[in-house]
Amino acid sequence: MRWLSKGELFGYLSLAALLFLVFPLTLDPFRLNLISKYLCFALVGVGIVLAWGYGGILSLGQGIFFGTGGYLMAMFLKLEASGKELPDFMVWSSTETLPWWWEPFHNFFFTILSILVIPALFAFVLSYLVFKKRVGGVYFAIVTLALALTLTVLLVGQQGYTGGANGITDFRSVMGWDITSDESKRVLYFIHVVLLFAVMGIGAYIIKSRLGKILIAIRDREDRVRFSGYDTAMFKAFAFTVGALFAALGGAMYSLQVGLITPTLVGAVASIEMIIYVAVGGRLSIVGAVYGALLVGFAKSMFSENFPTLWLFFFGGLFIFVVVFMPNGLAGVLDRFSARKKGQRESGLNAVPERTKA
Amino acid sequence: MADTILAVTGLTVSFDGFKAVDDLNLSIDKDELRVVIGPNGAGKTTLLDMICGKTKPSAGRIEFKNADLTKLSEYEITRAGVGRKFQTPSVYDDLTVLENLEISYPKHRGVFGSLFFRRTREIGDKIRAVAQDIYLQDELETKAGILSHGQKQWLEIGMLLMQDPELMLLDEPVAGMSARERDLTADLLARISKGRSIVLIEHDMEFVRKIAHRVTVLHQGKVLSEGSMDQVQKDARVIEVYLGM
Repeated sequence: MRWLSKGELFGYLSLAALLFLVFPLTLDPFRLNLISKYLCFALVGVGIVLAWGYGGILSLGQGIFFGTGGYLMAMFLKLEASGKELPDFMVWSSTETLPWWWEPFHNFFFTILSILVIPALFAFVLSYLVFKKRVGGVYFAIVTLALALTLTVLLVGQQGYTGGANGITDFRSVMGWDITSDESKRVLYFIHVVLLFAVMGIGAYIIKSRLGKILIAIRDREDRVRFSGYDTAMFKAFAFTVGALFAALGGAMYSLQVGLITPTLVGAVASIEMIIYVAVGGRLSIVGAVYGALLVGFAKSMFSENFPTLWLFFFGGLFIFVVVFMPNGLAGVLDRFSARKKGQRESGLNAVPERTKA
Repeated sequence: MADTILAVTGLTVSFDGFKAVDDLNLSIDKDELRVVIGPNGAGKTTLLDMICGKTKPSAGRIEFKNADLTKLSEYEITRAGVGRKFQTPSVYDDLTVLENLEISYPKHRGVFGSLFFRRTREIGDKIRAVAQDIYLQDELETKAGILSHGQKQWLEIGMLLMQDPELMLLDEPVAGMSARERDLTADLLARISKGRSIVLIEHDMEFVRKIAHRVTVLHQGKVLSEGSMDQVQKDARVIEVYLGM
């Protein structure tokens, strides 16, 4: 078994060249910061490839975890920016003292720990209970969608604690290090790219491991896997939890680099957008998901700058096109293309059957 | 009895009032190859479903080596040593034959065990030995989805062999096979039945005669007759409901 196929290798190398060299050397600080923003969703995408592409778990609520990660990071940033004062939005909503559960977020390391633990723990408990009850497929997607909506309503309603519909913004520094200058944004960009490759590496390792094969088996024939002696609910919960963890990292990087977090990033629309990034890139390909986030993110920026009213139509059309014509996204198209070239040499007996199951 | 591996007592299940299996008693000895026959709707597959945990019985006990299987979930029953082959071959189409067999290896079944799993020499040898047994030694890298129907049947038997179960439940393993494949399968069953118990459902009487130690005839969810193939075939009640048709 080869560690990486030729196509995958090309994908990883070209991505590394783009992210480490081409973008930082050619783009102005504003555009580079936009790339950072897209890459936050790329982190989410890697998790979706694991959970959806391999585990068959469609979540329409990745915004929950993205948002949780983002808000946890934002709480720290806001407290540091406010110094000894109460955060401004609390003052406006006449909250008089800092709520007790905000207190620990004065500490950066506690914040990092909470980003790593809280969303993942929530995802694990929720999904294990649901999967143990044999609820899956569309029903699980609906549960996650409902939770994303609920969380949005909660965040908007609790203005004095969460900043309401405006979210939390106006950050300045991390432990005294100014994060608003172009120079520090560049440093953050590189930290982010390294983090992204680490996450992609973990994802690739999981897919190639025995656990990855078991996930494929569960996706295709969950009943049978139980009779091979596996607690399938535990495996699905694991895949979902890893996906939630990656999404939370994306959210935290978003707060750091974009400088705000709002309830719209938690809600149903944002969550579905995240699925579309992966569908476009290819839900069976980790590199594909990252390219998907970059391409769709870029298209979104271009379109919404030039034709703000048409953007959503374009987005919906794109999704329909991908679902109908490219079930495995761009990565799938490339695979088929290279398989055809190979087929001309070998005779296409082993042509990969196209899977269209959602 | 010391040499009984499976004891089913008073087993009953009803679907919307229809009793698919009705107060059924059955006992399987160690190392026995038992064939269960009966007309359609006699409750054969439902019986296997209840033993392996796929269907929960409404009443009765299924004792396997002093454990009551009715209280365990599917994966716990598998881990206890019961392997099930389904009527339509159930293999993982997107994985290769090798990966199908490897997944069935009965260790490292936890999340972290499987995450850090390495194929040792011992496991590799076992996979190759099983592949040889099921006539698929040259197909290890083939995706299971493109195997022929008969090969899929063998692969699923191979997946059970990897688990090394003490009790194998086989639901129509030769269905859809050519005559040659049937003969090969009879050989295979004769080889693998050594040292383990097998309960097998089959319709093909020639095949049954070739392999069975004892035969149980089910009818309307109850045991109608039990004994050697010859005894069963002489039983007037059996002739009436089944063989005489």
